[in-house]
Amino acid sequence: MSLLKVKNLNISYPTRKETIVASKDVEFTLERGEILGIVGESGSGKSTIANAIINLIDPPGEITGGSIKIDKIELRDNEEVIQKIRGKKIGFVFQDPQTSLNPLFRIKDQLIETIQTHLDLDYQEALNRSIQLLEEVGIDNAEKRIEDYPHQFSGGMRQRVVIALAISCEPDLIIADEPTTALDVSIQYQILELLKDLTQKRNLGVIIITHDMGVIAETTNKVIVMRYGVIVEQGDTKELLTNPKSNEARSLVISVPPTNKKN
Amino acid sequence: MIVVAFVSFSLFNFVGDPVISLTGEDSSIERQAEVREAIGLNDPVYIQFSRFLGNVIQGDFGISYQLKREVSDLIAERMPATLELVFVSALLAIIVGVILGVYTGIHRDSFVSNVILVISLAGVSLPTFIIGIMLIYLFSVILGVLPSFGRGEVIDLGFWSTGFLTISGLKALILPSVTLSLFQMTYVIRLVRAEMMEILQTDYIKFAKARGIKKNTINYKHALKNGLIPVITITGINIGTLIAFSIITETVFQWPGMGLLFINAVYFVDIPIMSAYMIMVAFIFVMINFIVDITYYFIDPRIRIKDEMS
Amino acid sequence: MLLKTFNKIYDTDVGYSFFNSKIAIISSTIMFIIFLCSVFAGVVAPYNPFDPASISLMDAFTPPSWSEGGSSSFILGTDQQGRDMLSTMIYGSRISLIVGFASILFAMVLGVFLGVTAGYIGGRYEIIVMRLTDVQLTIPSILMALLVNGIAKSVISQSMHSEMAIYVLIFAIGISEWPQFARVSRASTLVEKNKEYVSASRIIGLSNIIIMFKHILPNILRPLLVIATIGLALAIITESTLSFLGVGVPPTTPSLGTLIRFGNSFLFSGEWWITFFPAIFLIVLALSINLLGDWMRDALNPKLKIR
Repeated sequence: MSLLKVKNLNISYPTRKETIVASKDVEFTLERGEILGIVGESGSGKSTIANAIINLIDPPGEITGGSIKIDKIELRDNEEVIQKIRGKKIGFVFQDPQTSLNPLFRIKDQLIETIQTHLDLDYQEALNRSIQLLEEVGIDNAEKRIEDYPHQFSGGMRQRVVIALAISCEPDLIIADEPTTALDVSIQYQILELLKDLTQKRNLGVIIITHDMGVIAETTNKVIVMRYGVIVEQGDTKELLTNPKSNEARSLVISVPPTNKKN
Repeated sequence: MIVVAFVSFSLFNFVGDPVISLTGEDSSIERQAEVREAIGLNDPVYIQFSRFLGNVIQGDFGISYQLKREVSDLIAERMPATLELVFVSALLAIIVGVILGVYTGIHRDSFVSNVILVISLAGVSLPTFIIGIMLIYLFSVILGVLPSFGRGEVIDLGFWSTGFLTISGLKALILPSVTLSLFQMTYVIRLVRAEMMEILQTDYIKFAKARGIKKNTINYKHALKNGLIPVITITGINIGTLIAFSIITETVFQWPGMGLLFINAVYFVDIPIMSAYMIMVAFIFVMINFIVDITYYFIDPRIRIKDEMS
Repeated sequence: MLLKTFNKIYDTDVGYSFFNSKIAIISSTIMFIIFLCSVFAGVVAPYNPFDPASISLMDAFTPPSWSEGGSSSFILGTDQQGRDMLSTMIYGSRISLIVGFASILFAMVLGVFLGVTAGYIGGRYEIIVMRLTDVQLTIPSILMALLVNGIAKSVISQSMHSEMAIYVLIFAIGISEWPQFARVSRASTLVEKNKEYVSASRIIGLSNIIIMFKHILPNILRPLLVIATIGLALAIITESTLSFLGVGVPPTTPSLGTLIRFGNSFLFSGEWWITFFPAIFLIVLALSINLLGDWMRDALNPKLKIR
C-alpha cells in the first residue's frame, strides 16, 4: 500500500479578473523509504501542491478537484481528519528557518507543546523526548541549548530544530518545502544528509520541493518536473538525469554540476 | 527637556510684560522699575535662565498672575485628580482595546467584528467633548444616575488626595474616564487588529498550524504574545495624548485637574501656569517613555539576550 | 465621451474600488453636499442669522418644528437669541470648513516643502528637519495647537484678538499637523530619489528645484492625499474642540464647535436642540471625511491590491 496517493489534483486561485490554475490533474504516489522531489521554476505550482496536502493553501486558492489519500485515508475536504494528521502523521518543513520559529518562545517550549498536542506524555517525558530529538538531528549540547531562543541559533542549526519539530510526533510523511534554499551551500549538504538519514532510520516517505536540480540529484529517488501547474515529466531520478525527455527537464538538468550526476 | 524648559522660560520672560501683569496696568514707573530689579529682569539672559532652571528644579514655578498663588501649590493640588483620571482611562483603553482588537483580528469578517469596527471608527470621528456631552446628557440628565461634574468626595492622604476610596468619588470617575479612554481605545483596537492580522500571516503561525497545534492555542497564546509588543510601545505615546485630551475632558466635566487649570491659564493668558504646565507634562512624558523602554527590555527576549551575550 | 471617461476610471483599481464601495460613494456625496451648502450659504440657508435685523428675541428657544411649540418657519428650532438653528449651522459649518481646509493646506505646503527638500538635499539639513518632526510628533496636536494659540494671544494685543483669531487658529492647527506631511514626503522622496528618471533629469541638466517639484512631487501624491483627507477631519475636530473650549474662533463668527458650546449651557434646562443639531452635523461631517480617507487608504495602498 502506498503511503501517499495523489490523484487528479486541481487547484485554482479565483481573482477578480480571471481564475489562475495553479495545478491541473496532478497525479503521483509515494512509498515509505522513498524521497520524492518536485522540481520546477517559481510559479510552477510545486509549493501549492505541498500546501494542498495539509490543506494550508493561502486564500483565495482552493482545491477544486481530485483526491489526496494517505494510507488510504482521504484528506480532501476532510478538515477534521486533517487537523489530527497535521504534525502527527505528516510533518512539514518550511523554507526559512528564521521565520518558522516563534521568536518569543524558547525551543524547549515549542517542542514540548508540539509533543503534548499529539502524544500523551507529561512534561518531564516530553522534555526528555525533546532533548533526544535535538540530539538526533545533530545539535550538540542539547540539554543546554534547548533552553535557548530561536535567534540564538545559526541558520543551519535552526533548520535542524525545525526538522526536529517536524519529526517530533513520529510522522510517516515529511514534506520539505525548499528546505535548503535559505541556507549556506556548505550547510545545505548537511541538512540534506540529515534528511536522507532520517528517511532510512525511520522509514519515512519524504517529499522535497525545490527549484534546485542539484538538490534533486543529491537526495531524491524519484522526481516530478512541473511547469505552469502541470506535470511534464516524472520518473526515477537517475533516469531523468541521464535521459531527460521534456524540454523543461533538459534545461534543468543542464544546470546541474557534472559531479552530482554521478549518483 | 532642556528645550521645553527654554521655551517655557522665554514665554515667561519675553511674552507680555511680567512686571505689568504683577503690578497692574496703572502702577507707577518707579514701582515697575523696583519690581523689575527685584525679579532680576535686568540681569543678562543666561543668568536669568539658570536662575529659572534652579527654581524649577526646586519646584518653584513662580506665582500665578491671575490667581495670585504659588503655581507649585496649584499644581500639587490638582495633579492627583488628573493622574487618577489618566491612569484609569489608560487602563480602560488598553484592556478593552486589546480584548476587542484581538477578537476582531481573529474573527475578521464576522458580523460582531464589523459592528465593533464601525463603532471604533465613530470613536475616531467623534470629538472627545461631544462624547462627554452626550454621556452627560444620557446618564445625568435623562437617567440621572451619574454625576455630571466634579470629583465627588475625596480623601486626603497628606500629599495626595484620592477619589478612589469613596463611592461618590468612584461614581464621578466613571463618565470622565470612559470619555477620555474612548479615543485611545479605538486606536488600540485598530492597532491590535492590524497586528493580529499580520501575525496570523507569518511563517511561524503557519508552521504551528502545520504541526497541528490547536487553533485557540495559536490565536491566544502564540499570536497574542507577539501582538502585545507594539501595544506597549504606543502606551508611551498614548499617555501623552491622554494628558492632552484630559484638558478637554476636565473642561467638560469640570474635573479639578491640571488640564482645567491650564485651559483657564490660556484663556486669561496666565503665563506662569502655562509654562509650569508645559514643564510638568514634558517631565511626566519623559518618565513614561523611560519606563516603557525598560519594560520593553524585559519583555522581548531578543533585546535582553543580545545584551547578555555581549 | 463622458461614458468613455467613466469607463476608463471604472477600470482602474481605484475607480473600481470606489464605485463598488457604498461607503465611499455615500461619504463623498455627503461631503459634497455639505461643502456646497457652506459655500452657497447665503442662498441655501433660510435666514442670515448674523443680520441683527432678522432676529428677534421673541423667537428665542423655539423647539424644532416637529415638537410641541415648534413652528414651521424654524425647522430645527432657534437658539437663545432667536437665531434659526439650520442657518446658524450652515454658516457655522462654513467657518469650520474654511479653518479646516486652510490649516491643512498650510500644513501640507509647509510639511511637503520641508519633507521633499530634506529627502532630496539630505545632509545636516535633513537631520535637523527630521529631529524637529520627531520632537513635534511626540506632542499631541491639540496640545500643540493650544500652546501656539496661547502664545500668539499673549503676543498680540487685546484689541486685535478677534480679528486675528481665525488666522492664529489656522496657523496653530497647521503647525500642529505639518510633521506628518513632512515625514511621509521625505520618506517617499528618498525612495524616488534613487529612481532612474531622477538621474536622467539630472543628466540633462534640470535644476534641482524643478526636479523636486515638477518630477518627484507628482509621484508621491498618493499617500499625501490620504494623509490630507484624514488630516482634514482631524483639523476640523481640533478646531471645534478649541472653539468649544473657548480658545478658537471668536464668538462673532461661530463655528460648529462654538455653537455646541453655546448650547451646552441649556442642556440641563431642556433646550436640547441647541446643542444637539450642531453636534450631529459635526459628527456627520467628520465621519464622512474619515470614512472617505479610510477607503482611500485601502484603495491607494499597493500592498492590498484587490483580488
